[in-house]
Amino acid sequence: MSWWLVCLLAGGAYGFKVLGLVIIGGRPLPPVVDRCLALIPVALVSALIMKDTFSIGQDLVIDARAAGVGAAVLAAWRKAPLIAVIVVGAVVTAALRASS
Amino acid sequence: MRTRTAGHVSLAAVVGARPVAEPELRQVRAASITLGAAVGVFGFVFGVGAVSAGGSIVQACAMSLLVFTGASQFSAVSVVRSGGSTASALGGALLLAARNGVYGLTMARNLDGSLGKRLVAAQLVTDESTAMAAAQPTRRARQTAFWITGLSVFVFWNAGTLIGAVVGTNIDPATYGLDAAFPAGFVAMVAPHFRYRAGQIAGLCGALICLALIPFVPVGVPILCAAAAVLIGIRTPDVHPPKVSPT
Repeated sequence: MSWWLVCLLAGGAYGFKVLGLVIIGGRPLPPVVDRCLALIPVALVSALIMKDTFSIGQDLVIDARAAGVGAAVLAAWRKAPLIAVIVVGAVVTAALRASS
Repeated sequence: MRTRTAGHVSLAAVVGARPVAEPELRQVRAASITLGAAVGVFGFVFGVGAVSAGGSIVQACAMSLLVFTGASQFSAVSVVRSGGSTASALGGALLLAARNGVYGLTMARNLDGSLGKRLVAAQLVTDESTAMAAAQPTRRARQTAFWITGLSVFVFWNAGTLIGAVVGTNIDPATYGLDAAFPAGFVAMVAPHFRYRAGQIAGLCGALICLALIPFVPVGVPILCAAAAVLIGIRTPDVHPPKVSPT
């Protein structure tokens, strides 16, 4: 991890916050832009779930993480609290690794 | 104006907000502590992940202090940990940070104060502070909720990161399944979005785009390409996505 990443991300993230809160202020955005920005997290975070569950580098794999994340999905679907979802994912993965 | 509660200066007085009805304020305070604790766990997982991605404890803490937006930090560290370039890690993280601009717009209508105070407030604009403020009935309560939640989340997030980074340098995260804690945390983040149609479509398309591209393009690039799923999601006219999600 480089300091470039830390600094550029810090500047960019603060830039977006200031842009909304201080520079643009209370003026509304065009609805289509509003809708796009609202949907970016679900698209990108879903992609991150796939990457962190089914890949090592550029190889697609199925290992203990798949079971752990599967259990986490089940927990989230049953509306378990945030912490429970994370703990379930980690514990199931660790248990499967320990037993194999 | 009452500026003291239970013998100490109240937060509302510190940040210059006018006092809010006590029961309302107490509820917000309790909720922001609960929320903070959950965020602290997220911070811990982030700290462990950041050092296992090759970051130092100082870098992990600097990121949480200065970037202070969870999903972007997780995304950047996740890409770096898998061996992706700085550019692709930054690209995905910045796309995720863009939504804070929208939260800023929402809060701009509700926050008073000088330019300096607004510049400080900007750093505290997150999913949590915006959601908690939006849930309040009056403008004044929204301001107080924003500051209390923002500060609570800031403290817990950074404390969690520090502890996670220190612990992470001394254990093997895989033994405790902490590598799976990242995607499990992501699952918790997207869960509310899977309760409306446009969110389901954007999420499923993003996931499929990523899986299809992983073997063929450099690490991190599939995450950027998954943003194209938004263009499919916005064609679904039925439901407007919720203005603010809880994570």
